[in-house]
Amino acid sequence: MTNRSFVLLCLIPLLIFSIVFLALPLVRLFLASGESEIGWSIYLEILRKPRYLNTLVLTVLVSLATTVAALAVSTIAGMFLSRNQFKGRGILLSIMTLPLAFPGVVIGFLIILLGGRQGLINQITPGHVVFAYSVIGLFLGYLYFSIPRVLLTVMAAAEKLDTSLEEAARTMGASSYRVVVDVILPGLMPSLIAAGAIAFATAMGAFGTAFTLATNIDVIPMVIYTEFTLSANIAMAAALSIVLGIVTWALLLIARSISGTTVAAGG
Amino acid sequence: MVLSLLAGVTSNYFKGVSSGLTLKWVFKVWELYADSIFLSMGLAFACLIVTLIIGIPAAYGLARHPGWLSRLLEEFISLPLAIPGLAIALALLQLYGSLKGFRASWTFILVGHVLYTLPFMVRSILAVLSSMDLKTLEEGAASLGASSWQRFRDIVVPNAMPGILAGALTVVTLSIGEFNITWMLHTPYLKTLPVGLADSYASMRLEIASAYTLVFFILIVPLLVAMQWASARAQRITQ
Repeated sequence: MTNRSFVLLCLIPLLIFSIVFLALPLVRLFLASGESEIGWSIYLEILRKPRYLNTLVLTVLVSLATTVAALAVSTIAGMFLSRNQFKGRGILLSIMTLPLAFPGVVIGFLIILLGGRQGLINQITPGHVVFAYSVIGLFLGYLYFSIPRVLLTVMAAAEKLDTSLEEAARTMGASSYRVVVDVILPGLMPSLIAAGAIAFATAMGAFGTAFTLATNIDVIPMVIYTEFTLSANIAMAAALSIVLGIVTWALLLIARSISGTTVAAGG
Repeated sequence: MVLSLLAGVTSNYFKGVSSGLTLKWVFKVWELYADSIFLSMGLAFACLIVTLIIGIPAAYGLARHPGWLSRLLEEFISLPLAIPGLAIALALLQLYGSLKGFRASWTFILVGHVLYTLPFMVRSILAVLSSMDLKTLEEGAASLGASSWQRFRDIVVPNAMPGILAGALTVVTLSIGEFNITWMLHTPYLKTLPVGLADSYASMRLEIASAYTLVFFILIVPLLVAMQWASARAQRITQ
């Protein structure tokens, strides 16, 4: 056997597996979306029916809010962590990135412990403060698993920033505020865009967190789930999955082409 | 900063709950959910074996055969990272849901887990292999008369070890924590740990749910720490 054919042989298990369990199912999913009475116009139906359109708008809004908040928190924390060496920095960093691999349901449960009916905030504050099952709870849950993803991307970029540029700006009399706005932020911009795309895509597709928290809120993953299990509207579930999949995939592709890294979806 | 505060508050509250309530609940969890804990461990192990068998040769093939086709293949197998697990699970159900024997067995969930974890394994090994001059090493061995298989076994695998280790820990951790795909694929007789968690949140009292979450953390946190360590080590080697 020549070396070339051995190398190609090595790729065969991967090829077979990904064709049988990835390519074919995805094709089948796409075909299934066109199998209802209304055929392919089901994709127009998503935009036409208020139920789906409202869901779409709400999901995008919550995801946008998550993205903005995660960027704000993680940029400050990331800059601080990459610029300062202190005792326990490594431990703090691993604690902050732990939620990366937590399933979304666990994060949802933590939010319930914090803001549910028997939750911490309800117990220490007078009156009834229950936010776990509202959009705020969902937002906090999304924020919780978005922060580590953004943080890692921002820190990688912050470590590559050229500090001499900041020093130069300071010697020329720039205030700290101007240094941040004119030097640090433009330097971080590509990775901020990439991190934002990652956070947005993950929030759009988050199912586990929504599953525990969004009992009364319609976000796309929950609607896909109820269409499939309760209404047995398989075509619509498939169509929504395809739309969601294309959106998150495209966003992550943009993120990767800008920064070269992606921290995987999940939640 | 807000995050560490948030994490601090939640985990403190969390500890408060279980420490005030003795280990009774943990035993109760064991009684109720030992099956799903063992199923998750078994699945993670099976998933590791499959990703090793597919992943190591594939990473080698991709490293030795760079080009747009390999890029495309790598991109394609990474789709399950970008597409929400719900959509992947729906796709699998659409195509294979009618095969009753397969649908009802644990291998169906295994397929979902392998789909999700395989890209991590392949990329982790590929990163290590791409950083070294594999071609020269192999040519050296070939000139001494080593066959393709011998070179793969004696040169490629030992050199890729840091990547394999990091990939393996990632696969096990992610497989144990996987929920989105598993929730759609599981049957009432096959509940993995996170599925059991969701179940306990929905139908058990708060103490059991908390204790179960604690059990999950005890299992997953050491794995996560080991994973971070191995990934950092593999990254140092590639630089």
